[in-house]
Amino acid sequence: MSGLGETSPETSQKAGRPARNLDAARLVGHLETMWRIRAFEEAAIRGLKDGLVLGAIHPSIGQEAVATGVCLNLDRADLLLSTHRGHGHTLAKGADAGAMMRELFGRDGGTCGGKGGSMHIADFSVGMLGANGVVGANIPIAVGAAHAIRLRGGSEIVACLFGDGAINRGPFLEGLNWAKVFDLPVLFVCEDNTWSATTRTADLTAGAGAAARAESLGIPAETLDGNDALALDEAARAAVAALRAGSGPRLLHVKTYRLTGHTAADAAPYRDPAEVEAWREKDPIARLAAALADAGIPAERLEAARAGAYAEMEAIYDEARAAPWPPVAGAYADVQDVGHPAQRAF
Amino acid sequence: MAASTTTTYIAASTRALAEEMARDPRVWALGEDLGRGGVFGQYEGLQERFGAARIADTPISEACIMGAAVGAALAGTRPVVEMRFSDFALCATDELVNQAAKARFMFGGQAKVPLVARQPVGMWRSSAAQHSQSLEAWYAHVPGLVVVAPATPADNLGLLKSAIRADDPVVYLEHKGLWPLEGAVPDGEHLTPIGVADVAREGRDLTLVTWSAMRWRCLEAARALAADGVEAEVIDLRTLWPWDRDRVLASVEKTGRLLVVHEAVTVGGFGAEIAAFVAEHLHARLEAPVRRLGAPRIPIAYAPPLENAARVTPDAIASAARAMTAPAAADAS
Repeated sequence: MSGLGETSPETSQKAGRPARNLDAARLVGHLETMWRIRAFEEAAIRGLKDGLVLGAIHPSIGQEAVATGVCLNLDRADLLLSTHRGHGHTLAKGADAGAMMRELFGRDGGTCGGKGGSMHIADFSVGMLGANGVVGANIPIAVGAAHAIRLRGGSEIVACLFGDGAINRGPFLEGLNWAKVFDLPVLFVCEDNTWSATTRTADLTAGAGAAARAESLGIPAETLDGNDALALDEAARAAVAALRAGSGPRLLHVKTYRLTGHTAADAAPYRDPAEVEAWREKDPIARLAAALADAGIPAERLEAARAGAYAEMEAIYDEARAAPWPPVAGAYADVQDVGHPAQRAF
Repeated sequence: MAASTTTTYIAASTRALAEEMARDPRVWALGEDLGRGGVFGQYEGLQERFGAARIADTPISEACIMGAAVGAALAGTRPVVEMRFSDFALCATDELVNQAAKARFMFGGQAKVPLVARQPVGMWRSSAAQHSQSLEAWYAHVPGLVVVAPATPADNLGLLKSAIRADDPVVYLEHKGLWPLEGAVPDGEHLTPIGVADVAREGRDLTLVTWSAMRWRCLEAARALAADGVEAEVIDLRTLWPWDRDRVLASVEKTGRLLVVHEAVTVGGFGAEIAAFVAEHLHARLEAPVRRLGAPRIPIAYAPPLENAARVTPDAIASAARAMTAPAAADAS
């Protein structure tokens, strides 16, 4: 199956690319992953209400196309640095959903042994080097990871996702400058969900935003509809190919919307309900499903993607709830080797 | 006795990095002006020898230097970070404290962060408040960090090599006033273990615990005290985390008196940690109250007479020690 780009020719034109050659199996894969992210986060929100998820979680409901569009174009060996809103990125990079849910519940067997929680999920086995609780702090880390790849002669690339709020922090400028100066293989992705915590980012951002700032440093940048999985997949694929060919860093500015509050506990009364409703109409999962239906993918297959995701997350929810707390000795583990806290009791 | 060569504190550090880079291809250094030898010359000749990729000149961008080092460490290399002045490293505090120190723990032990953050510390003439600080206590307070402060050329060789080999993030504090200091340095492989103090001078009457440049002030004070018949033991901790509690306790057990001397501001300084620890463990043995001697809680000034107000001198150390060893002090305790 090919020629799905015909379902949204305006996006293709906007990107200025030739006709697409996207196959159905690939796009159904995107749909399945988007549903898994949606179902995972809905389960996590339920877990919060049930008192099972501890601390804050920051859902990415409505932003799933960004995670799949970028991460499904990466190889497992490629590296990923994510944000405090990183469940979707992490799942799309291939992390184990069950271990992630156990981490959210603070249980033994979580991705970080119950020591990190939602904001510090990491799975180095799939190249996911960490969500980060500090906005923009992942950007210098990403360029350093790329620097290390260069030093050891590796061929992997690094993807660094950050929010629109991050572009007003120094590490954004410092990290992009560094990546360009050293010509490192970093795909910067500004996942612009419109809001910086509870404040509209546009009210706090001078100038034309992420792409313009990248271009001012000589980094090729592209602004995209972040709710169009087809457009994102194609743009990310092209960017990744360019990076692998040695293009140096690139930036994608993807405009999307956070359908929940800043945290799952934030009812977001500061937003205009009409704005939320308008974005709900542009739900990226529904859009991709409609495109696939138009292209002739059977309804049962689309429904199986949805149902399979919810069944999986239901099961991991129950598993996580049944998992034990981590052993308390873990609080003293992995602090440091030299001067380890357990060397001598105080 | 192993063969040794007289060399400077700064040359010892250059040798340490060169030896470790030759030994391990994962070791590299990054920072501002390294190609020209670094701001003090501690990287002299290294870029010619190892190339610009491994002795990397970076933008003036402390946060990104430290953050990149964290990423580079997570991705399998062993970066040595140059911060020029410990004061400038404050621009990279998030990257050091929130990222480097915590990544291993937060991620459940999936990766370690083997980086060395070189932060030259201390007063040197008329450099004023933003180029003179000693902030070691801040880092000793942060779980996950190792804190090292060498005082001799041999220790700067041996401790820097140990720091580079450590799998933890190490805050490595070289004293700017010590760069030209000469001393005997062992030939051949020389590693100084982190966490082991050096007894710079043995004595029976009083223990002076110190580190970095204050080692030399304390030794000078000890010589003056000896002329009065007071024998001070001088312990150079060399590393603040971990610090050699056993050595300090053994010494104070012997002498009954502890004076901690550091260049940093006394309030909230690491001397408070040592004083409290010793008081908790040896209260009954103490023949005088534990004392601390550091700088007043003032920024460091530019004009020499004002700058000197923040300086801990051998006279001040000797004076404090005399007060503690005088018969009246023992009575008061």
